[in-house]
Amino acid sequence: MADLSSNFLGIKSPNPFWLASAPPTDKKYNVLRAFEAGWGGVVWKTLGSQVKNVSSRYSAVDYNGARMMGLNNIELISDRPLDINLKEIKECLKLFPDRAMVVSLMADNDKKSWHELIKKVEDTGAHGFELNFGCPHGMTERGMGAAVGQDPDIACMVVEWVMEAATIPVITKLTPNVHSVVPTGRSVVKAGSNGLSLINTIQSVTGVDLDNFVPNPYVGGKSVFGGYCGPAVKPIALKMLTTIAQDDITSKVPISGIGGVSTWKDAVEFMLLGASNVQVCTAAMHHGFRIVEDMAEGLNNWMDEKGFKKLTDFIGKSVPAVTHWEDLDINYHHVAQINQDKCIHCGLCYIACEDTSHQSIHLEKGMPYNTYTIKEEECVGCNLCKLVCPVDNCITMEERRVAPEYINWIEWQKRGLPLNDH
Amino acid sequence: MIKKNRLSPEEYQQNFSDVHPPFETLNAALVEANRCLFCYDAPCTKSCPTSIDVPKFIKQITTDNIKGSAHTILSSNIMGAGCSRVCPVEKLCEGACVYNLMEEKPIPIARLQRFSTDAAIKNNWQLFERKPSNGKKVAIVGAGPAGLSCAHILSRQGVEVTIFEKENKGGGLMTYGIAAYKVTPQFCDDEVNFITAVGGITIKYQKELGKDISLEQLQKNYDAVYLAIGVGMARQLDIPGENTPGVEDAISFIYTLRNNGFSSVAVGDNVAVIGLGMTAIDAATQAKRLGAKKVTIIYRRTENEKPCTQVELDLALLDGCEVIWLAAPKEVITENGKVKALLCRKMQLGAPDASGRRSPVDTGETFTLEVDMIIKAAGQMPFENLINQYGISNSKGKITLDENCATNIKGVFAGGDAVNGGKEVVDAVQAGKDGAKAILKYIGL
Repeated sequence: MADLSSNFLGIKSPNPFWLASAPPTDKKYNVLRAFEAGWGGVVWKTLGSQVKNVSSRYSAVDYNGARMMGLNNIELISDRPLDINLKEIKECLKLFPDRAMVVSLMADNDKKSWHELIKKVEDTGAHGFELNFGCPHGMTERGMGAAVGQDPDIACMVVEWVMEAATIPVITKLTPNVHSVVPTGRSVVKAGSNGLSLINTIQSVTGVDLDNFVPNPYVGGKSVFGGYCGPAVKPIALKMLTTIAQDDITSKVPISGIGGVSTWKDAVEFMLLGASNVQVCTAAMHHGFRIVEDMAEGLNNWMDEKGFKKLTDFIGKSVPAVTHWEDLDINYHHVAQINQDKCIHCGLCYIACEDTSHQSIHLEKGMPYNTYTIKEEECVGCNLCKLVCPVDNCITMEERRVAPEYINWIEWQKRGLPLNDH
Repeated sequence: MIKKNRLSPEEYQQNFSDVHPPFETLNAALVEANRCLFCYDAPCTKSCPTSIDVPKFIKQITTDNIKGSAHTILSSNIMGAGCSRVCPVEKLCEGACVYNLMEEKPIPIARLQRFSTDAAIKNNWQLFERKPSNGKKVAIVGAGPAGLSCAHILSRQGVEVTIFEKENKGGGLMTYGIAAYKVTPQFCDDEVNFITAVGGITIKYQKELGKDISLEQLQKNYDAVYLAIGVGMARQLDIPGENTPGVEDAISFIYTLRNNGFSSVAVGDNVAVIGLGMTAIDAATQAKRLGAKKVTIIYRRTENEKPCTQVELDLALLDGCEVIWLAAPKEVITENGKVKALLCRKMQLGAPDASGRRSPVDTGETFTLEVDMIIKAAGQMPFENLINQYGISNSKGKITLDENCATNIKGVFAGGDAVNGGKEVVDAVQAGKDGAKAILKYIGL
C-alpha cells in the first residue's frame, strides 16, 4: 500500500484529491457528503461581498454521445451570507479535523475589505486561503476575479495586502485567460504568495440554440461568456501547469493542479507535471462525490506497480521531459506498423493519412475487407494513424533512427545538413 | 385437423407483433449510432446490394440530420424502409460490420436505417424532386421492389411511368410474401404511397400480363418496357398425393395470411414445411404463430448447407419449430381425401453439386411423419410459359439479359426475381436501379 497522504504548505490531507472552489463546496451539506465519500480536502466556494446569481447558470459541450465533455458556468461567488458560510466551515472542520479546509476569497478591491475578510475566515480555524484571481465572468465586470489575475501589477498589490494580514498559507489561483500564466504567477510569488493553483475556467461560449438563436446558457433571452472547465480543458491546464513548474520563480512554490481532472490517471498526469495535489469539480458535478473511491484506489495501485511509496516520489517527474522544440533530436525517427492480426479493416488510418497527411498507407482492395499496409519510406512518423485506429496496439510506432547520434535543429543548421526530405 | 380461428385476437396480436421493434427515441438510436466507427470504404456498404452509404447515414443521425440520413438511404434504395425490416442483414451489412472482427456486437444498421426511413415516411418528407415531364413513356410490369425502384428513378428523370400490377396492391413479395411480424400490410401500403408520391408514376392494378395486357400493346404504346414480373408459385414436389387438400404452397399460404387476416387462415395441428429458405422459415414460424401444435421443417441437407441465415433458423427454433435434417418428401399419405402423413426419404451427403454444397443422396431408407398439413417452400418457379409465349430468351424460365439489362426483344428490359430466380428484396431494388439506368440510356436521356 502506497502512502497517499498529502502535505501542501503544511496543510495535510489523507489523499491529494481536493474539491475545487465551486458549487460542490458551497455549503456544509455538500462538504460533509464529500468528506464522507473520502475527499481529502475542499476549497470552500469563494467568499466575498454579498452577490446575487441568475438562472440558468451552466451549459455544456457533448461529444459523440458523451455528455459534458466540457462545462461552462456563469455563476458568481457564493451567494450565501458570509456568517452562515463561516459558521458552517467551522462545523465541517470540527467534524472532519483530518481533512484540508482551504477557503477561497475574493474581497472588494481595497485593502480594508481583504483584511476584514481574512480575519473573519481565519477565526473559523480554516487551514489556508486560495485567492480567486481567476473567475472570468460577472465578477470581472466589477474589477475582481480574472480582472485581477490578468494584470500582474494589480495581482501583486492584492497579494501584498493579503500577506500583511494572513497568518495561514495563501495559495493564489491563476486565470488561464492570459497569453501566459507565468507573469502573474511570478508577480504573486514575489509578493509572497505561498503557493499557486491553476487553472481557473476559460472564457467561452459553449454553443448557440439553433431554434431561438440565443447562445448557452440562456438567461431570459440573453447569454454571457461563461467559464469553461471539464475534460476538454485538461490539455490546456497541463500546458499552463508545466510552464509554472518550469519557471525559476514560480516553481519555488507548491502548485495545486486544476482543470478537467476526472480520474486517477488525470491526477497522476498533473502531478507528474509538477502539481503537488489536484482539485476536482466538473467530474464530481457530473457523477457525484463517489468518483473519489476509484481515484484513490487507482492511484494507489499505480504507485504500487511503479514502486512509488509516497506522492513526492513522482511529483514533477515529467517536467524535465518537456523541452524546447529546437532541443528535439532530429535523428529520432519512427514509422507506423499495422498488426494485420488485430486490424479490423475500418480504413480510418488510410483515409486520415491519404486525405490529410502523407499518403503513407497502401490500400489493397478486398471484398468486403481491404488490407492496409504502411509505406515505410513515405511515413514521417506523425502518429495520426495510430491515433485514429479504434483498436488498441493495432498500430504501433517502431523506432527507425536516421542516425545513431543526437542532433538538434541548431546543430543541424550549423553543419549545413539538407533541409528538404522530399 | 386443419382449422382456422385457433387463437384469441390478443394472441394473434402478440404473435404477429414486430419481431425487430424499432428504436423508440432518438436517444436510444444515438447510443448505437455513436458506436459506429465511420469506416472508410466501409465493408457494410460494400456488402449491401444497393450500396447504401451506411457510415454516412448513421453519422447523419448523430448530427441530428435525420432528413439527410433518410435521403442518403433512399437515394441508394428507395425501399430502404422495407429493407430495414426484411433484409437478412446478418449476412449483408451487419454481417460485415468490423465490430464482428473485434468479437463485439455489430452496429444495428437495420434498426438505425428504420429509424431514419420511418421518420421520412411518417412525416411524408419529399426528398426527391421530379424533373419536368419530357414526354417519354415507360411501361413497367409488376409493382414489386424491382418495378417500383425502376419507376422511381425513371420518374425523377421526367419519364411518365405506368406500372401494370396483377394484384390489387403494390409492393410485390414485400406486401404478399413476407412474414407479417416483419412488415405489416399498413406499412407496405405506406411505403408504396411514399415511393409514388414523387409523381409521374401511375399504377394500374389488377392488370396481368398475358391476360389483361399483352407485351405487343406495351411495346406499341411505350418507349420502353421493363418486366419485373417476379416468380410464381412454389416448386412442385412431384410426389404422389401432392394435390391432396392440405398440401399448400408457402407463397399462397403467406399471401392469404397477409391478405385475409390471421383468424381466417386455417392451419393443421401437425404441419410439415418442405424446404429451409427464408420463405420456408416465414411459413413455418407463421404456422406456429397461427396456433399449429407442431411444425416440422423437412430439409434434405444438413445445417451446414442451410440456405436461410442462422438468425432466421433461430427464429423458427425459438418459435418451437423442429427441423429434420437429411430428409426429403417421398409421398403424401392420405386418408379420406385428407393428408394423414408424409413419407420421407432419409438422405446422406454426397459430392458437392453446382452450388458448391454437398448434394443430398437417397439412402433408400424411409420414415413417416404424422401430419395433417404440408406447406411447400422448396423455392419458387419462374413464369416460364409466359416468358416463352413472348419469345423472351430465358434459362429454365429465368429471363436472360445482356449487359444493358435488355432482353432479346428490342426495347424490353427486365430485372428482379424474374431474372435471378428469386433473391432478396434488396437485390430486386438494385436490379430496378440498373434497369432504369439502361432504359434512360436507351430512350436517350
